[in-house]
Amino acid sequence: MDALFQFLLRMGDNTLVLGHRVSEWCGHSPILEEDIALANTALDMIGQTQLWLGLAGEVEGKGRSADDLAFLRDAWDFRNVLLVELPNGDFGQTMMRQFLFDAWNVTMLGRLMQSSDKRVADIAEKASKEAAYHVERSGDTVVGLGDGTEESHARMQAALDYLWPYVGEMFESDDVDAAMVEAGISPDPASLRGEFDELVGRVLAEATLTIPASPYAHKGGRTGYMHTEHLGHLLATMQWLQRAYPGAKW
Amino acid sequence: MYAQMIKTARSGVKSRDEMTDQEREFQDRIDRGEKIEPKDWMPDDYRATLIRQIGQHAHSEVVGQLPEGNWITRAPTLERKAILLAKVQDEAGHGLYLYSAAETLGESRDELVRLLHEGRMKYSSIFNYPTLNWADIGAVGWLVDGAAIVNQVALQRTSYGPYSRAMVRICKEESFHARQGYHAIMQMAFGTPEQKKQAQDAVNRLWFPAIMMFGPNDSESTHSEQSMAWKIKVKSNDELRQQFVDQTVPQIEYLGLDLPDPGIKWNEERGHYDFSDPDWTEFFDVIKGNGPCNVDRMQDRVNAWEDGAWVRDGLLAHARKKAARQHAAE
Repeated sequence: MDALFQFLLRMGDNTLVLGHRVSEWCGHSPILEEDIALANTALDMIGQTQLWLGLAGEVEGKGRSADDLAFLRDAWDFRNVLLVELPNGDFGQTMMRQFLFDAWNVTMLGRLMQSSDKRVADIAEKASKEAAYHVERSGDTVVGLGDGTEESHARMQAALDYLWPYVGEMFESDDVDAAMVEAGISPDPASLRGEFDELVGRVLAEATLTIPASPYAHKGGRTGYMHTEHLGHLLATMQWLQRAYPGAKW
Repeated sequence: MYAQMIKTARSGVKSRDEMTDQEREFQDRIDRGEKIEPKDWMPDDYRATLIRQIGQHAHSEVVGQLPEGNWITRAPTLERKAILLAKVQDEAGHGLYLYSAAETLGESRDELVRLLHEGRMKYSSIFNYPTLNWADIGAVGWLVDGAAIVNQVALQRTSYGPYSRAMVRICKEESFHARQGYHAIMQMAFGTPEQKKQAQDAVNRLWFPAIMMFGPNDSESTHSEQSMAWKIKVKSNDELRQQFVDQTVPQIEYLGLDLPDPGIKWNEERGHYDFSDPDWTEFFDVIKGNGPCNVDRMQDRVNAWEDGAWVRDGLLAHARKKAARQHAAE
């Protein structure tokens, strides 16, 4: 079932690409506790990737493993939203991106626990526990830095201004989503927006940050039609060993 | 073992005659194998030596994230990536745990970090070597964590309670890392010819730096005696190095790799492997700051600290505002 395969790639590519980005921080964060927390977040993201892409390979039925899907597809076959492939920027931008994704992910996973496909529901149940913790942590950090010093506030507002145009794509719907809704596997992404706005609105208000007025949304990631220039560089790094030594077992 | 060349805060060993009553009583406790706890009386030099050793160990765990982090984004499979992330997370956790142990001696983490960044404290020489191919990540787990375990298992018997208990916990995780590292390099040694070449390259480059981790030869190690008497140090550098070589040579042979040192030979009479001395000039160069990565490693850490100042300031300001608001509401 191609629509299910596409849906699973969207889930798995989001966590793969974001996990990669977060792991870039290793050893460079503002304080030791954050090094630990960021490595832990990345680890959870990669763990979720193994589940989503593992199931994607199974559903596709062509014998591709999660690793094959992660390391041997080119950029146009990636189905992650643009938000997660954006560069880390400063710590504030990284945490704002994390919060916006976590808020979507935790909402999505909550609904997926009711999926008609038990395999999807099982992954969602496991991942939602991690996601609940992630959104609490990233939300607390956004509040702490937004409502911190003048400088931290300005940096968090700048991060929000930069990232907000990438939020809308998470709630886009297309034929794949319609097929998933029809099969009772996944909710219509658009239906998550209310819950997301409530959660994000509450946290950003507490963080004394202003949501940009423009509703403009970049898109093209989850359809694979047009990724950002950043994704190719990320994949060049991530896939290098598998590409340089085809067929080797690691 | 991520602490080397720890200068004991006094020269020579105090004889019983030179000791005060309090010092004699302290030494008797150590000789009976009792643990010293944070609130117990201890000689100033004992405290200062421990702070140096534990601090250096903590710094090593933190700086040690960098050579491994160098490969996280290039790990070849999702599982290897997850294993490496978990390992690096453990190392950072060890750092945190050890800084806390140092705090029980009255030294703050901020102060230790400041001393490191000013170049007044060190971290293990091993982390000043680069990780150049994926097999290095296996070799670091196997050889570097392996060498650390040899030292740290001995340090589980160290006299200072919090440090000794930290070692028990840390050793469990390090053993896991060493096994995972060995498994990773085994996969390569038994893999394609190119992978085997990478494994050999890693072992060749990291062997001598790994055996240097134990510090200079006993004959050159001038600060050990008092530390041994205090059981801050439990075995000599050469004893530990020999133990590491003895356990590691058969592992290299099992992998089917060439031994990285032509001087390695089984000595029937001693019941140990003979091996060549590393180039101690290189060791002292690295310790002095002239290793291949010293400058970059420190720059990375200092930049991370300075770039993160606004984050620490912001979170602190928020915590104060929150506390003030709560206070006002009460």
